[in-house]
Amino acid sequence: MSATLIEVEHLTMRFGGLVAIDDVSFSARPREITAIIGPNGAGKTTVFNCITGFYKPTVGRLTLHGDRDYLLERMLGHEIGQRARVARTFQNIRLFPGMTALENLMVAQHNKLMRASGMSVFGLFGLKGFRKAEADAVEIARRWLERINLVADADRPAGELPYGAQRRLEIARAMCTEPRLLCLDEPAAGLNPRESAELNTLLVSIREQDGVGVLLIEHDMSVVMKISDRVVVLDYGRKIAEGAPAEVRENPAVIQAYLGTDDGDPDA
Amino acid sequence: MDARLPRMLKDAAVTALVSLALGIFIVGFRTYDIGKGLTFDYQLVDLGIAIVTIFFGRLGLLLASTGLKWPAFALGVALGAIGASPLKLPSGFLHWFVVFAGIIIILRTIWPWVDETTSRANRSPTGVRAGHVAAKWFGAALLVAAVVLPLTPFADQQMMDLAVLILTYVMLGWGLNIVVGLAGLLDLGYVAFYAVGAYSYALLSTQYGLGFWTVLPLAGMMAATFGLVLGFPVLRLRGDYLAIVTMGFGEIIRLVILNWVDLTNGPAGIGSIPGPTLFGAVFAETAPAGHRTFAEMMGIPFNSNQRLIFLYYVILFLALVTNFFTQRVRRLPVGRAWEALREDETACRALGINPTNTKLTAFAVGAMFAGFAGSFFAAKQRFISPESFTFIESAIILAIVVLGGMGSQIGVVLAAVLLIGMPEWFRDLGAYRMVVFGLAMVLIMVFRPRGLVSHREPSLRLHPVHRRGSA
Repeated sequence: MSATLIEVEHLTMRFGGLVAIDDVSFSARPREITAIIGPNGAGKTTVFNCITGFYKPTVGRLTLHGDRDYLLERMLGHEIGQRARVARTFQNIRLFPGMTALENLMVAQHNKLMRASGMSVFGLFGLKGFRKAEADAVEIARRWLERINLVADADRPAGELPYGAQRRLEIARAMCTEPRLLCLDEPAAGLNPRESAELNTLLVSIREQDGVGVLLIEHDMSVVMKISDRVVVLDYGRKIAEGAPAEVRENPAVIQAYLGTDDGDPDA
Repeated sequence: MDARLPRMLKDAAVTALVSLALGIFIVGFRTYDIGKGLTFDYQLVDLGIAIVTIFFGRLGLLLASTGLKWPAFALGVALGAIGASPLKLPSGFLHWFVVFAGIIIILRTIWPWVDETTSRANRSPTGVRAGHVAAKWFGAALLVAAVVLPLTPFADQQMMDLAVLILTYVMLGWGLNIVVGLAGLLDLGYVAFYAVGAYSYALLSTQYGLGFWTVLPLAGMMAATFGLVLGFPVLRLRGDYLAIVTMGFGEIIRLVILNWVDLTNGPAGIGSIPGPTLFGAVFAETAPAGHRTFAEMMGIPFNSNQRLIFLYYVILFLALVTNFFTQRVRRLPVGRAWEALREDETACRALGINPTNTKLTAFAVGAMFAGFAGSFFAAKQRFISPESFTFIESAIILAIVVLGGMGSQIGVVLAAVLLIGMPEWFRDLGAYRMVVFGLAMVLIMVFRPRGLVSHREPSLRLHPVHRRGSA
């Protein structure tokens, strides 16, 4: 297998006359955290939405290298999660608020359990194979709850959990789908410094222990600079820099995009 | 003497005055047909009693809301006693009216206390455990009561008729609960599948002579197929749009039945549908050729109640199957996916769950149970026509699910007893019984905005309640 996990080639997304992403190419490797940064409105979330099938890109190819090559731009939204195994979290948390933390993690293992339950038929009669699969799934969920420190709150509705816990639970839920690529959309948004540090530890453990490639959109530079292996910088839908965090930080184009020039847009 | 009393009295007086202005022409005068025209009569005593009741009712509510519990409670009890007393009020309705005023005041008075106690209990682990045990015993007691009901002395024909009707709606409510309560798909055309089930049985039995138990699964499959066919194009819509389109489909099915005279006999309906049999025995005074009656089989004298009691047990069995299935499927991945879909469809898609297939299964399973209920309905009524499958039926079933508490099984039972039973119990109120119906709905929505039973039991727990959890 090649050393890249996902290749984004000439990705362009137009909404009517607006060009949200303009000919962006980059790649991410397995067992690495690749951060996508850029000022507000740079097109970061749009890139995510293209990768995870919420948008169909206008132009471009998105290839995920797994057990075979998946062309993500040709797949339906749910197939990307099911077959190519790309999981994501959302900028505004999208848990199942009325269901418990444990149930959230069980829903994430839906496809595996659905096969085990023989499309519900075996499950309806409580056959042994299904009971075993379910116990295994609960065990996986319990291990994740331990990692995100939520075992005690496992049976509480997810919507009642504190904000930081919801953020962590959403990441755990995405990880329960056993993804090859995990896309995190601003996971540190709204977290206090202590929670943010915990998040760093979690993300590093996902890279080291689980060996999953992570794509990360983040504004919090302390997170980005500390844990990411590579950084891609977008501005106005174009890629303006790519490289190791230290390199990117010194890049004049990046500094200009973030701080603005005398005649440029100063609000970034 | 409370300083707020004059203000409350004034408020109550204004309320009474407004009611007087509204009621004087509606209640105060009554028109009579005297052959050559209309004349009218005064009913000022009735009006007066009603206005006085409204005055004290309003006063009681105000007292309760300002925290003067005991005076309010006393007023409520007094009104209730007057209404229930043998005192001769001009009409039976006024008795009910006064009693209701008393009950409402009492409820309003004790409500904050009840509310606080339950919410405190829900927050403490002991309370949750106690609630669990209570819910379990309540369900079991209800089940036992349902099983022995036909054997008790109350079980006269009227009672059994009503019980069969209520159970039919309980079953429909449980079926729709899968679609609306679990999967969150607002279906306003549920009666269409009920109709498909009813006509499947009616046609297959009268045209091809098939028996009830043979047709039952066929009718379910037929309804489920209709669910799939209708669901496929409409389930990509969400929320209000889905509700409108399902309502349209419900009407389309009814209009097709109404107009496809060759197949369905149109508005004239289908008659002489055979009833369900028990091991081939029919429930009638004389058996058709090749059959024997239940009375002959058991060697007991014929009694017309036997048929009704048998029908009761059939629908009880069907309803329990629906309930058992739902309880079971909620704990399966597909049931959890339904609930997840109700909570957030976008997140489901991101987790690799196919939303279309998942919704279709919910729609088809819900339709299947409506089909079962429909064929039971046809077998019970022995005559069906499109008039039985109007939009109001869908609305009542939906009301049962929503008022019972979306997704709650026991809530559906309570709501069905309330909504179907009440119009029957209050038959002597005549046209006013619909007012009671509406009032009950309003009261439920005011006091229990999330339905009678709003508690959701998780489909599985990491820390089981009956043991002490690790935390």
